[in-house]
Amino acid sequence: MGKRNFSIAALPGFATIAMITFVFLYLPIVTLVVYSFNEAASMARWEGFSLRWYEAALNNRQVQDVSIRSLVIAAWAASLATILATMAALATTRNERRFPGQTMVYALINQPLMVPEIVTGVALLIFFAMIKVSTGYQGLAYLVAAHTAFCIPFAYLPIRARLETMDLTLERAAADLYATPWQAFRHVTLPLLVPGVIAGFMLAFVTSLDTVVITEFIKSAGQDTLPTYMLGQMRRVITPEMNAISTLFLLLSLIAVTVFFLLSRKKA
Amino acid sequence: MSAVELAPHGADTTKPKARRGDIAWRWWLVMPALIVLLLAASGPLLIVLVYSFLEPGNFGGVVWNFSTDGWFQVFFTRDIFDETLVTPATAHLDIFWRSIKLALYTTLITAILGFPTAWFIATRAPDVRPIWLFLVTIPFWTNLVIRTFAIMEVIRNEGLVNNVLRGVGIVSAPIQMLFTDFAILLGMAYVFLPLMVLPLYASMEKLDFKLLEAGYDLYASRLRVLWHIVLPLVKPGFIAGSILVFIPAIGAYVTPRILGGGRNLMLGNLIELQFGQGRNWPLGSALALTLLVIVVIALLFYIRSTSQPEGQRHG
Amino acid sequence: MPSSATRSDIEVEKLSKVFGSGEDAVRALDDVSLTIPENEFFTLLGPSGCGKTTLLRMIAGFEQPTSGRIKLGGSDIDDLPPNKRPVNTVFQSYALFPHMTVAQNIGFALKMLGKPKAEIDETVSRMLKLVKMEPMANRKPAQISGGQQQRVALARALAPRPRVLLLDEPLSALDLKLRKEMQVELKRLQAETGITFIFVTHDQEEALTMSDRIAVMSAGKVLQVGPPREIYNHPAERFVADFIGDTNFIAAKIERANGRSATVRLPSGTALDAGLPEGLSPGEGESVTLVVRPEHAKLAAEGPLRGTVENAVYFGTDTHFHIRLDTGDLFILRSQNAAMANGLPETGDAVSIAIPEGAVQVVRG
Repeated sequence: MGKRNFSIAALPGFATIAMITFVFLYLPIVTLVVYSFNEAASMARWEGFSLRWYEAALNNRQVQDVSIRSLVIAAWAASLATILATMAALATTRNERRFPGQTMVYALINQPLMVPEIVTGVALLIFFAMIKVSTGYQGLAYLVAAHTAFCIPFAYLPIRARLETMDLTLERAAADLYATPWQAFRHVTLPLLVPGVIAGFMLAFVTSLDTVVITEFIKSAGQDTLPTYMLGQMRRVITPEMNAISTLFLLLSLIAVTVFFLLSRKKA
Repeated sequence: MSAVELAPHGADTTKPKARRGDIAWRWWLVMPALIVLLLAASGPLLIVLVYSFLEPGNFGGVVWNFSTDGWFQVFFTRDIFDETLVTPATAHLDIFWRSIKLALYTTLITAILGFPTAWFIATRAPDVRPIWLFLVTIPFWTNLVIRTFAIMEVIRNEGLVNNVLRGVGIVSAPIQMLFTDFAILLGMAYVFLPLMVLPLYASMEKLDFKLLEAGYDLYASRLRVLWHIVLPLVKPGFIAGSILVFIPAIGAYVTPRILGGGRNLMLGNLIELQFGQGRNWPLGSALALTLLVIVVIALLFYIRSTSQPEGQRHG
Repeated sequence: MPSSATRSDIEVEKLSKVFGSGEDAVRALDDVSLTIPENEFFTLLGPSGCGKTTLLRMIAGFEQPTSGRIKLGGSDIDDLPPNKRPVNTVFQSYALFPHMTVAQNIGFALKMLGKPKAEIDETVSRMLKLVKMEPMANRKPAQISGGQQQRVALARALAPRPRVLLLDEPLSALDLKLRKEMQVELKRLQAETGITFIFVTHDQEEALTMSDRIAVMSAGKVLQVGPPREIYNHPAERFVADFIGDTNFIAAKIERANGRSATVRLPSGTALDAGLPEGLSPGEGESVTLVVRPEHAKLAAEGPLRGTVENAVYFGTDTHFHIRLDTGDLFILRSQNAAMANGLPETGDAVSIAIPEGAVQVVRG
């Protein structure tokens, strides 16, 4: 009695700091969500629960436009990035030794993660400005292309992880059981890869929705996405309508990330 | 990619012919991704280099004349009246210094909060660890603008903290926190914290807790176990986390723009200015490349420290 | 007795395999030749790294030989990829497709071969019956036990009726009891299907109980091929004798050699008759190594070997006597226990060892 169990892993104060961290991470988000339901126009007072700011946000024509644009770009960019990343992952895994140039391929694929977004943004601003002048095309393709490139590493990582944990003997077994290489890929590799591909797509989708700086630099007039629109609004007087928009957006990201989480928990 | 070229999947291809075929189909598969990346990510960086050596146009853009003015202006200012009078560009150097300082402080704060948090998660039961980890990642996958806005909601003059302080009666007038370096620092620590926790956790998860038992068995105190056993073993996670936080922090644009309120610029905002109001694309390009050089130096430091033989590799 | 081959199924001719190149080169297989007749249960036995799995993988088509040839039913199969060879493998890890049911796994090969659905269904249900897995047809591999997975892996490999079934240590993941059951099961399946089995194992007991013939391998070479009884009683190489069962090695000199038998003289002066391995014809007076199995030797009043008991270890069914011979060598003798343990020697007793006829074999090395 009275003797405390000596816990190997416990370090003094660590649990407290961890709790502070979680409060730090969630307090601002919770605040933001709570005040989206505030009847009052200012945070200074709580005037009761209300959905008026959601109503305002959903009826705001501009918000509708930028939201749809964001989703369209994210759908395109995530789809393209996922296809390209799947191919790249198939090419860069499951060989006993790296092929000549594989290290360079890795570096190129991960390059968007390493270079600050602002530098990529500047580079694309200049490059796309040249193309815009010479072709006259001003459409969304620039944003889609930029987002696709930026999303490739995010789609690539979970797909590659899935392939690396996949049992190579399964493909050998398929070949042994008279499957042609294409049949082995179609019936064995691909079905087993699907969770990784969906996870990759989810990450790419969220990444595209999250991309602000690159979009801010290369968008043409009238091509605001939801984040750049919000960034612009930050300079004005902020009403809880912004909280309502943020909450809805947050919900969307949360769904995508949850799907990713559940899929990546499933073992290969 | 024809199906047949998928053939040598994983098979041991010792025949040179087979190996050449294997390499060929791998290149075909990876090529589309590389083309997109070269066109819309890596390639344009070279154009930035070219632009940094041109003359600025009157309404943005460039005039195709060779000039080193862009680079010169990064570090020095010429007197408007007497071109031979050269002084250091203190405004720029201040911003460089502030950016590096804020990025380092951000790294430090995220490390101080992140290490115990990662440790806390790594010492939970294996089946609940993913849930704690998930809680760390949710904010990370939330939009940067929204997260920064959320911080703003907390520290605004009519925000949560001031409301509480005034409600309790500690202060009568709101404390000005928004639009200060403190606000930027808080915001960056907030948005980049998960980037520190995740690699730290990854290296702690692999830690053999028997080693800690051995440490205690050999009369080490908790602090000494932490210092002599835990820290050296999770060092790779520390370094990876630091680099993951430092790089986006030094190039931050959104957070200082929203929380710094246009007065407390960081490098990202300075670069943006040159492409906006400043209309000095060569200077902007040179500044962007300077930022890139800082990042490359940080990465080289990272590569060097992870390839040291005594340091355990991460991952 | 070596079985008189009916029709040869697999012919391996001067097969070599080198991994890597230059100084790092590893010779995994060194000039191996084998002939395996139809309908035989053939075992490749050896320690890990002896090349047995490499040989199996080359027959399956997962590895290409550096030199030499493999023939199946008389025709060369070296240029056929795995999916064109009428050879199926039961993988050590089973390699069951985790996203398919048991029935889908078993029907996979027939589906790949484009067989009509009715035929696939018919074969699958026959296979399920063969391995007694009918109730599990719609389960996923993760939902059945290790032993059941093993059966499914077998059924999957047998379903397309291969000419040859390759089994890569298929029982190593099972516990002892299941392993014993599956040994019997495998023998039954081989008899019922009439398919040639090539079985890889490092477990000598498994090899002895199941095989028609065994090839003992070491360091990339086949040392001896023969039926279990011959391999055990008449090992040709020191390694074979040592690897399979417990063995006593005794130094002796050749007195007379004649074909497959010889007379040898022990250091004590006693002469004994001994078997000679094929192709070995030592001259008179040459030093050789003899092999005597511990259970073949007997304690006796008079015998060619004399020594002192150092230790007697009781094992229930039998007792192992560690006897220090007068020559200084250690000899282990296994004596079956009777109900009454009267008159058994104890530590320190001087004993004589008798060796019955046919229990002495000369080995190479």
